[in-house]
This record gives sequence, C-alpha cells and structure tokens, in this order.
Amino acid sequence: MGERLIELRDIKKSYGNVFAVGGVSMHVDRGEVVGLLGDNGAGKSTLIKILAGAVRPSEGEILVRGKVVPGWSPAKSRDAGIETVFQDRALAVQQTIVRNIFMGREITTALGFLDVAKERSEAERLMREIGFTSKVFSPDSIVGQLSGGERQGVAIARAIYNKADLIILDEPTTALSLTETEKVFRFVRTVRESGRSILFIGHNIHHVFDIAERFIVLDRGRVALEITKEEAKSAEHPSGPNPLEAILAERAARRQGARA
Amino acid sequence: MSSLSQPNNASIQVSPLRKFVLGNRASLGTLAVFVVMMLIFFAFAPGIFSRWPIYNSVLLTLPVALFLVVPLVFIVTVGEIDLSFPATMGFSAWIFALVVQAGYDPFLGIIGAVIAGMSLGFGVGAIVVYAGLSSLVATLGMNFLLRGLIMIPTEGKSISLLGLNETLAYKLLSSSVGGFPIQIVWALLFVIVSIFLYNRHRFGVRVRVVGDNPDSAAQMGIDTRRVRVATFVFMGLGSALAGVFSTMINFTWWPSSGDAYLLPTLAAVFVGGTPTWGGVGTVAGGAIGAVIVSFIQTGIVAGGLSGFYVQFFNGLIIILSLLGHRWNQVRYR
Repeated sequence: MGERLIELRDIKKSYGNVFAVGGVSMHVDRGEVVGLLGDNGAGKSTLIKILAGAVRPSEGEILVRGKVVPGWSPAKSRDAGIETVFQDRALAVQQTIVRNIFMGREITTALGFLDVAKERSEAERLMREIGFTSKVFSPDSIVGQLSGGERQGVAIARAIYNKADLIILDEPTTALSLTETEKVFRFVRTVRESGRSILFIGHNIHHVFDIAERFIVLDRGRVALEITKEEAKSAEHPSGPNPLEAILAERAARRQGARA
Repeated sequence: MSSLSQPNNASIQVSPLRKFVLGNRASLGTLAVFVVMMLIFFAFAPGIFSRWPIYNSVLLTLPVALFLVVPLVFIVTVGEIDLSFPATMGFSAWIFALVVQAGYDPFLGIIGAVIAGMSLGFGVGAIVVYAGLSSLVATLGMNFLLRGLIMIPTEGKSISLLGLNETLAYKLLSSSVGGFPIQIVWALLFVIVSIFLYNRHRFGVRVRVVGDNPDSAAQMGIDTRRVRVATFVFMGLGSALAGVFSTMINFTWWPSSGDAYLLPTLAAVFVGGTPTWGGVGTVAGGAIGAVIVSFIQTGIVAGGLSGFYVQFFNGLIIILSLLGHRWNQVRYR
C-alpha cells in the first residue's frame, strides 16, 4: 500500500447526548479505492461532512500524510487535497460542463475576463483523462442535459482540476441504471490508476464490492467491519457471489442470535 | 484511444449559427416579440412609424431604462430581487443635483451620485444577504425608507438645473448630435460591457453559478454572500447613472425621481427572457425588453389609440412574452 493519505483517529461527533459518530478510526492510502458502507443512520454522512470540514468532530484527531492537522475546517480539508462530491448538490445544472469544472477556479486573462479557449481545451483534457468523452455532448453542453453517471463525471473532472488527492463520492451510483453505474466505475478506475484515492460511499453492497479494494462498514456510529477484498474472498464462509454480503449477513444473524 | 486520433467528433460539431440560436434563444425570442410588435404598429400607423421623431422620443428616455434593466438581470440571476432601485436612483440623482446646484462641475456630481448609488446598493445588499432577509420584502421596505429620507429634508421640492446645458458634461453625455440623442450611445456601451461582464467575466460566471446552486458554489470556495452583495452594488451603480441621465434630460430633479421606473423595469427583465428561478438570464434580452416596454406606450398613443389602452397592451405584451419564454425555455434540474 502507498503513502497514508488521511487518517482519522477515534473521531466522535455528538449532537447533545446522541453520538452520530462514536469513535471511528480509519484511513485512506494513496491510490486506493475504499468503500464505506452502512445503513441510513450508521454515521456515513456525518463522517463525510467531517472529512469535508463542514462538521467539526467533538473528539479525535485527523492526520494528513501522517501529521495531525489542528483546527480542521473546509479550507484545511481542501488544502489537504480532499474533494467531496455530494449526492445531489454538487453541480450547477443550468450551466455548461466547462462552467462546472472551473467553478470558483475560473481561468482568466487580464481584468478577470475568461480565457474561453484555454478553459475549453483544459476541460477536454480533463474529460479525456477520466474517460469521460462522448459523441453526444461537448464541454459546452448544459449539465442538466447529462445523465446521472455523466454528471458524476463532471464532478470528478472538477475534482481532478482542483488537484484532489482524495475524492469522496457520496452515493454516486444511487438511483443509477446499470450502464450508468458502469460509467461511474470507469471514471473511478481511471482516477485510481492516476494515483489518486477514492472513498466510495454507498448503501448498495454490490456496487461497493465491485469497485472498492477495501471496505469499512459502519454500524450505529462505529466501525463494524474493516476488510480487504482479498480477505473477504478468502474468508471461511464465502457463500454466494458476494462474500462481503455473506459475511455481513452471518454477523447480523449471529447478533440476532445473541440477542434472542 | 481511437477517439483521440480523430481531431473532432463529427456529431458534436454543430453549425455556428445553430449554436448561436440555441445559446441565445431567450433574447432572440424577445427580439422576435419586438419585431412583431413593431410590424403591428407599422400596419396601424405607417405615417408615424416611418418617420424619425417617434424613435427620437423613445431614444431619449430609453437610456434611463437600460441603466436599470441590465443590473436587475444580474440580481434576478443570482436569485434575488430589488425593489429599492427607484429610491436609490432618486437619491443618487439628488446628490448629483445638489452638487451641480452648488456650482460644482457636473462630473463631480456624477462621481458623487455613483458613490451614493453604490453605497446604498451595498447597504441594501448587506441587509438582505448578511441578515438573511427576503429580498422582496426588505428591498420594498428600503424603497419606502430611502424615498422618505429624500422627502423629509426636501419637503417634496424639486431642484431645477437650468445652467446644465452649458457644461461639458452635458454636451458629452446628454446632448443631441444631428437630431440623435447621444445618451443612447452611453447606454448601449453600458449594455455591451455588461453583456461581456455577464457571459465572459468571472463576476458574471459566479453570479450565474451562485444563482444556480449556492451550496455547490460555496463548496467550491466561492463567497456566495459577497457575490450576492456585489449584484446589489452593481444595481446601485446602474441606478445612479439612470438618475444622472434622467436629471440631465429634464434639467430638473424631482423628489419622486425614479418611482415611475419600478414596474416597467421589472417587466422588461422578464419580458426579456430572464426566468424568475435564477442561475440563467440574458442581458441582451433584458435590454430588448426595455425597448419593447418603452415602445408600447409611445406606439399605442402614436398609433391613434387613446392613452387608456396603454395599460391593457402593456399587460398583454408581458403575458404573451412570458408564455413565449415558458414554451421556449427548459428548466434543468
């Protein structure tokens, strides 16, 4: 495994007496795709918001490339090279692909006027880099005309332009068809090959199992399971086509048994 | 990658004309409304509409409307509304009139008016944005408040500036060259610069992005509140220029200066094809909208109908334009 990009140590977040995140330690290394799984209310979204700096953890520390970063904030998250693509509020859908890629980081000439040619060629380069090309749209197409998978492509292209080392995808394949999901997977694989890391959040275990190499399963604000794909495959009870699903089902059954 | 070797994907190559039409459908639609309206006017009163004076009278007042419509397009695009610009216009023009009345150069008065307009715009914007007020209600309140601040000290008295036509500022900005009112040139310059500002400048881009998806813009590091306040400052600048030109046309400043522009300007923005939901808009369309609104009144009266018809046709044009834009525009979500 590569360099340790980001590490959370015993992160807790409480709202009043309720712990949304109750002591999570996890890490993402350079060039890996980590799948973060969990049911609704398991603490996924709080954890993403903490990584993005939007929510301040009540306890615990965050390390970037091995160094503790005090006073974690949205700005420090961005400086650390983390870019979060939130489920449905990531893009300005009435604007073009170009406008979305350069949102907040426009390429301008003198006096703040846009360098249209440079933005267009840079957008084309970024889109090619992640395999996000098509005959039916161009960088000047309106994002609202694109499919769900293609919209993820716009957000990923933007993250790469912003020099993100870790791209957090929040439920990128939820409500997408199989072909659309396959598109997103293709972007993710290309991004990983370029040495960047991806934290892939989902509640569809099959999607996440297909794309990630290591899995972190959250349950009620804690890490219930952390396992690599190899470990999952070679586990003792790999019944069915998806070993991770089998392991989790077995655990759930055991827990239910203990309770009964 | 095989697609790399092809210099251009054939099917994304649309003809430049088609691209232009698709990219400017709102403003072109507005232009079509204008052309149809003018043809109707022509049919009813060919004698009047084939001669210059009617255009001259429109060109005289149109500049004031243009200075107001253009920045209002920015405000609507960013997702706000401003109903306080008439009072800002009156207030800035008041500053201009006071400076000129005191015997200073009108250019100094213009600087004073612009500073006043932009400061008021900043104040209105800051109240709306930083206090998180509804811009519809807050700017309505500010309009009354500012107008009151004009009325109290002036006691409703106007200021006449008869010496104005001797000055260089007047000759440069507001005189007539060969029967052609020169202020329209300045107003058009303002429109053209604003079109570039809206479409090709970082400011316009951010106005659109913030109006489209403020969460996303904020996440990308854009200070959305600053952008929104900036549109109000720009509105203040336009209001000040409108106030100055209006005062120079009439050689008089009235305490009610600007009031009559509230509804026609709002109508012009939406007749022009800028939708109410923010994120998109058209400056050129807004400008054409202002031309339409200016022509309705003159055209109807000149066309031989009584002035009582003006409001009816005003409303008809607004509703028909909105229906046209509704059909012409898609709202992407």
